[in-house]
Amino acid sequence: MTQPLLAEYFPILVFLAIAGGIALAMVGGSLLLARQKPNAEKLSAYECGFEPFDDTRRRFDVRFYLVAILFIIFDLEVAFLFPWAVSLGGIGWFGFLSMIAFLGVLTVGFIYEWRKGALDWE
Amino acid sequence: MTWTLALPELVLAIAGLVILVAGVLPKQETFFPVSMACIGSLLLAAVLVLGQPEGTALGGHYVADDFSGFMKLLAIGGAAIGILLSLDYNTKEGLGRFEFPLLMLLATIGMMVMISANDLLSLYLGLELLSLPLYVIAAFNRDSARSAEAGLKYFVLGALASGLLLYGSSLVYGFAGTTNFDRLADAFSADSGVTAGVVVGIVFVIAGLAFKVSAVPFHMWTPDVYEGAPTPVTAFFAAAPKVAAIALLARVLVGPFGDLAGQWQQVITLVSLGSMTLGGFAAIGQRNIKRLMAYSSIGHVGYALMGLAVANDVGLRGLLVYMAIYVAMNLGTFAVLIAMRRKGRAVEQVEDLAGLGRTDLGTAVWMAVFMFSMAGIPPLAGFFGKLYVFLAAVQAGFWTLAVVGVLTSVVSAYYYLRIVKVMFFDAPAGALDPAPASLTVVMAASGLFTLFFVLWPAPLLAAAQAAAAALLG
Repeated sequence: MTQPLLAEYFPILVFLAIAGGIALAMVGGSLLLARQKPNAEKLSAYECGFEPFDDTRRRFDVRFYLVAILFIIFDLEVAFLFPWAVSLGGIGWFGFLSMIAFLGVLTVGFIYEWRKGALDWE
Repeated sequence: MTWTLALPELVLAIAGLVILVAGVLPKQETFFPVSMACIGSLLLAAVLVLGQPEGTALGGHYVADDFSGFMKLLAIGGAAIGILLSLDYNTKEGLGRFEFPLLMLLATIGMMVMISANDLLSLYLGLELLSLPLYVIAAFNRDSARSAEAGLKYFVLGALASGLLLYGSSLVYGFAGTTNFDRLADAFSADSGVTAGVVVGIVFVIAGLAFKVSAVPFHMWTPDVYEGAPTPVTAFFAAAPKVAAIALLARVLVGPFGDLAGQWQQVITLVSLGSMTLGGFAAIGQRNIKRLMAYSSIGHVGYALMGLAVANDVGLRGLLVYMAIYVAMNLGTFAVLIAMRRKGRAVEQVEDLAGLGRTDLGTAVWMAVFMFSMAGIPPLAGFFGKLYVFLAAVQAGFWTLAVVGVLTSVVSAYYYLRIVKVMFFDAPAGALDPAPASLTVVMAASGLFTLFFVLWPAPLLAAAQAAAAALLG
């Protein structure tokens, strides 16, 4: 019973195998065939042509986290809006109003963030 | 579309959103008015639940029957009293922020969705809607390392439990081809040969829910979270969410998996035995009274699950009666624990109760009533809770469960009675601050219920009977 379902995924398995094979061949090939002459300068951490400014395990401001969370929430909202917009003809008024209710809930959350000062950088 | 059937949940959700906006707009802190508005909305929802017709709605995802009505009223009552208990404590501890009652309100919507779930998806949705606010309020005292630890621990382990539950659901869906409870029941009754995959799925679902009711072996988080969280939060955790999770467990096991009872009964029996034993023995050495109550609640869940393990109408009635009585005496006990303050600071050791009988007789008497009731001493309510589940177990021939239940309740009587002894026979450790009126009212109300349940047990029994009958269909 599960056989035909699995068979439909076979091309993906082939794709993964080929992708993995090519990647391994490129990295492994250069490792085996190319000349390796490491020195301190070549092995040092590389950051867009600059010397690294400081340690990567640095604390950073919780405000970045807040912005990231806000971004994810509104990003997901858009991810829901696209299929909704495409299928609006089929889902009728109930579907339309469901999304309006969802947007309403998000708006309430947005009002909360705004009043709590989550949107003020300073 | 029969979505109006879900009116209590919808009204509560809209009320929650309106209160959130109304609470955040004013410049000053709105803890007290928001708490009152939340209690009011919960009472309104309770009235709507009482008038709710029976049926299924939202494409079969939602079901309303006598069982959901009974459990929802319990959960709403537990939540409303939970908010009432937090009023005074939160103000004194500097936790009086309006988000607190609101998060409890949102958690209550999650509980109601769980109780009315008729599909594995709405089950999960309700469970998450319950869990997320609980993670936040466990860590509500964010300046305290213990509270933050409680929240984080609960979150990590709760996420794991959700994962187990989802994995189990996906297995069940994979083997049955549907997530709807009615159609799952059909699929399993028609199919004579039960595949191993379905059984594994059910066991995973049970594991996920057993975490929420803190039954052994998924109880690890309970003592730490109960101890670390602010006391009103602990009171809330021990009452309302447990009712909802037990309701969900009963509905899932008796409904869609009802014909596989032979498969899951042994799992529930084992969980019940483990919880009763651990609850009886592990609380003995506890000095912190919140930790003690955590182990006590593990034990009580074990007794309640005994009714589920029997899996007939008598057992389910016992389970429902047990949960109702458990919630009542638990809220009363926590009202006493929240009132434990000395010179303006909250204290939570058993020794801090020493000599309470001499310094504050009223509180000490109520606490004694709750402790005797939890130990199962007649004629208090706790005795009848145990009586009905033991009766069901004996009638159905589950002798091991009944015998272990009686033995462990004797063991647990030790630590309940020790509290009574400390209160009445030890030298006073200095008077506790007088209890505020809101806590005294809750103590007296649940104390009177515990004392006089023996005189009027009929309404509760009849309601539980009808609810059990509705569940068995």
